[in-house]
Amino acid sequence: MAEEIAPHLHFQYADTGHQEETAIAGMWLFLATEVLFFGGLLLGWMVSRHWQQAGFDAGGRETVLWIGTTNLVVLITSSFVYSAGLGFIEADQPRRLVQCCAVTIGLGTIFLALKLYEWHIDLSEHLFPAGPFKLHGSEADGARLFWSFYFVATGLHALHLTVGLGVLCWVIREARKGAYSAAWHTPVEVVGLYWSFVDIVWIVLYPMIYLVGRGT
Amino acid sequence: MSQTATVNERAAPAHERPSYLFDGVTLKSWLLTTDHKRIAVLYMISITIFFFIGGSAAALIRYNLIVPEGMIPSAETYNRLFTMHGVIMVWFFLVPSIPVTIGNFVLPLMIGARDLAFPKINLLSWYLFILGGAVALYALFVGGADTGWTFYAPYSTNYAQGNVVLLVTGIFISGFSSIATGLNFIVSIHRLRAPGMTWYRMPIFLWSLYSTSVIYVLATPVLAITLLLVAFERVFHVGVFDPRIGGDPILFQHMFWFYSHPAVYIMILPGLGVVSEVIPVFARKELFGYKFIAWSSVAIAVIGFFVWGHHMFVSGQSLYASIVFSLLSYFVAVPSAIKVFNWLGTLHKGYIRFDAPMLYALGFIGLFVMGGLTGLFLAALAADVDLHDTYFVIAHFHYIMVGGMVSAYFAALHFWWPKMSGRMYPEMIARAAALLMFVGFNLTFFPQFILGYLGMPRRYHSYPPEFQVLNVLSSAGASILAAAYLMPLVYLVWSLLYGERAPANPWNAKGLEWETPSPPFTANFAITPVVTDGRYNYPKPETSEAHG
Repeated sequence: MAEEIAPHLHFQYADTGHQEETAIAGMWLFLATEVLFFGGLLLGWMVSRHWQQAGFDAGGRETVLWIGTTNLVVLITSSFVYSAGLGFIEADQPRRLVQCCAVTIGLGTIFLALKLYEWHIDLSEHLFPAGPFKLHGSEADGARLFWSFYFVATGLHALHLTVGLGVLCWVIREARKGAYSAAWHTPVEVVGLYWSFVDIVWIVLYPMIYLVGRGT
Repeated sequence: MSQTATVNERAAPAHERPSYLFDGVTLKSWLLTTDHKRIAVLYMISITIFFFIGGSAAALIRYNLIVPEGMIPSAETYNRLFTMHGVIMVWFFLVPSIPVTIGNFVLPLMIGARDLAFPKINLLSWYLFILGGAVALYALFVGGADTGWTFYAPYSTNYAQGNVVLLVTGIFISGFSSIATGLNFIVSIHRLRAPGMTWYRMPIFLWSLYSTSVIYVLATPVLAITLLLVAFERVFHVGVFDPRIGGDPILFQHMFWFYSHPAVYIMILPGLGVVSEVIPVFARKELFGYKFIAWSSVAIAVIGFFVWGHHMFVSGQSLYASIVFSLLSYFVAVPSAIKVFNWLGTLHKGYIRFDAPMLYALGFIGLFVMGGLTGLFLAALAADVDLHDTYFVIAHFHYIMVGGMVSAYFAALHFWWPKMSGRMYPEMIARAAALLMFVGFNLTFFPQFILGYLGMPRRYHSYPPEFQVLNVLSSAGASILAAAYLMPLVYLVWSLLYGERAPANPWNAKGLEWETPSPPFTANFAITPVVTDGRYNYPKPETSEAHG
């Protein structure tokens, strides 16, 4: 402990293991706050849908299914690749970690590009809830509400993903400086938790956006 | 109590080390500090400023209500004033108050740690608080808002005048600061306790900070998404909460109170913890019913998540939901009463000294009981339909939040002031301020119970002439209260320069924070302490040397 001071050890911790577990605990707790953040949104969404099911379903049928599905595959793959990178650094292969991070960033960027293209389609079809709206009649109110939740939820998710891309770039920079090894790679693990969370949010949003309306 | 466990790499003989106050004297060394003690001081300066801004708005509210037609000519100005008072006092004083100042300072000391788990996140939380506060202040002073602190939709999203979006943004940002603090506290208490510091040996204050942090972490994100939806609706004119286009205004109230009711307990739990610390020290007795007090904090935090509907008895929510929420609200009284009876049990046959922290703590008990029992009136479904949105509600929650939490904040401030500043405050003036505060508080708010019972609604710029006497009494009380709040500001600052130097343990109290020098040095402990017994085992008064 005291005889050998590790470079990353802060002075309130007994050893690096103590510090690493604490950092991971902190990230899990942060993710709990994120769950409640998105949870509040999804609760509002589900309550609103309960009252206006027909409108929500009509709105849901206007979504671009192929982009959502492609993005689901892209994002799950990115998490898989990142986890592989974590495995590599545990085996003391920082170069492989950098490669995995780069692929993850690439996949994340593809997701964002597709998302932007999808928003472009949505807007050009007058699906933004404010202003002139594509749908009319008794289902219009519910459909507008669906698209309100759609834009808030996908916007927040994209924001989280963009933050994730920034953090991944930082991991690459640090890894190339030789900061991580099999003995110490806490940030790689913590960032992995965050990236998986961004992935999971999309796994939950995907059926709510693209499937529920089409199922009825 | 302490033996060697881990040798700190910074170890140097204690007398050679500068106190945290002088370990770097540049402005930069303060603004970029990661020392929890310095961040506590930064927070203390910040929330004091907010307290006096919010207090000035309150003073103007009471000024307006001296005459039935209102002293301030415009009702709109009055609406903006009470919104400013509510927003600043709730989010920029009461919610952070004790945890970010006293809690930040003593939590690591109490568990025998050198800092919190994430010192940089702690500093970030202060910057977020300042940024959020600056945005909110800008919004309030340049235009303001007239929604009240609750931002009820669709009024806030469609009809309200002023800078609603900007104000909401400020609160949104400061919410992240709450989350950062809560996260830091929870993880630190789990991971950084010194050897031998078991859960049941922890000071009760830490149990209450832990419970508070759980609410910070689990409730604040829901407020964040709610305010985001309000801003979205207001900017784009879409109807998440607007019933004209398919939205549901009751949904807003559910989401808002899912945060804001637990947040009410953010605004009292730390105070309950402080009182549990102060009473045993000044009664020279072991805290009665430690485990009950500890778990009652957790119980209040947990039950607090299931009672939000009692704010909505007249909103049009289902009657059956109201009945269930009413019943659940009564449950909160059980852990609250457990605490009060245990404090009385601690005082019983104690050797009681009436130092300023103790005066505040005893005042707290009385005012908290008043506030708590009138809370039962409001939890009763039928009574609440009558009392809803009257001054009875105002009086009730001010008894808890001002009579309770602000008294506890002053108790904590005086109790740990010698540790934080290294100086003693002037005791007799402090006792006078404590008594004045108690008198001024009761004169301000007791008449409001009667006003509310007689039917005077809250948030009105004018009132029928028959209410004038009680309103004048209330305003007179407010002026006494204002003087009592200004006194500590003056004499505490005075004590920084001219106060007697404080010994390490001026109250002869138990606990790790009193084993460090006053003020402590940056690393808190030269060697990690090992805890071998509980905090509250005071010797019997007959054998105690601490009669003082």
